[in-house]
Amino acid sequence: MSTNYKELKKGGFMRQRQPNYFSMRLKSVGGHLTAEQLGTIQSVATKFGKGYVHLTSRQGIEIPFIHLDDIDAVKKVLSEGGVQVGVCGPRVRTITACQGNSICPSGLIDTLKLAEEFDKRYGGRELPHKFKFGFTGCRNNCLKAEENDIGVKGGVKPDWHAENCTFCGVCQAVCPQKIITVDKIARSVTFDENNCLYCGKCIKSCPSDAWQGRSGFVISFGGLYGNRIAVGENFLPIIFDEDKLYKIVDAALKFFADNAKSGERFRTMLERVGRENFIDMITEAAR
Amino acid sequence: MNADEFLDITDVVCPMTFVKTKVVLEDLDDGQILELRLNDGEPIQNLPRSLKDDGHKILELANNDDGTFTILVEKGGLT
Repeated sequence: MSTNYKELKKGGFMRQRQPNYFSMRLKSVGGHLTAEQLGTIQSVATKFGKGYVHLTSRQGIEIPFIHLDDIDAVKKVLSEGGVQVGVCGPRVRTITACQGNSICPSGLIDTLKLAEEFDKRYGGRELPHKFKFGFTGCRNNCLKAEENDIGVKGGVKPDWHAENCTFCGVCQAVCPQKIITVDKIARSVTFDENNCLYCGKCIKSCPSDAWQGRSGFVISFGGLYGNRIAVGENFLPIIFDEDKLYKIVDAALKFFADNAKSGERFRTMLERVGRENFIDMITEAAR
Repeated sequence: MNADEFLDITDVVCPMTFVKTKVVLEDLDDGQILELRLNDGEPIQNLPRSLKDDGHKILELANNDDGTFTILVEKGGLT
């Protein structure tokens, strides 16, 4: 019987140098695994592997040295222990996320919840080439949004409330764009909204709650960080509505499926067909 | 405005910036003013807000143009 490597790869089995051995990729969403899942993984690595796991660059786990003959048994043990196998090949890959605003004091969006929803909607979807989503809670960018085909970053649009302001000038001191000017004598504040990075430092540092704001999503498209390195680009202003986010992603994936050649990454496709049509399409979806 | 106490925390990093400030504020009475010299970066981003959360009021901020700021804090000014 010849081995169908393509089919095995689809199911998360990465062929090793050593004949008939596979590094088994497991499914994780947002780098989140339960203690129970870890127990299952530990037992599989001990019984079928070589007693260790490899942590991947995309917050996943692989168990190396699974023998071809054990594949069905391993799949059964994993599945009974609440662990699914991961995906490889030309489809939506592991979705990564930082801990987001449910844990991190800097977080502006619930990255893990979003990653789970994205996994439900798009996880494993077949596309012309691999496709990566990543979520990061704020501009600190721990999860490196712009290296993904689509990256989503938490941002916040500041809003100044004159009645609370003491004109102390802390916001002017912390703004990385230097677009806030506080005039203590005239008791006025100017803010150049067009150049705002949505980092939220003014809001976080304000000692009188004069700066408040609404959290939203800053989306980047076409990041690559493998053979070729390219930084994902922002084509849209900050989006506040989660439903809109899905409309934009639906449109982007459709554009990719309709326009990319087989084996062509999102970025390469964008550069070949031109960004203009794509920008029109997602701008329409964001309306 | 005259300060009742002066503290320079440009030689320490978080969380000692906050700890040292708290210790000095302990010894002041409500309404007294602490003049605080702190670094640009994390201290200026976090300290005024943390002081506010503890009920102290930031009255003024001056940029010393040497990578440091001086702020005037009124103890218990928000309580």
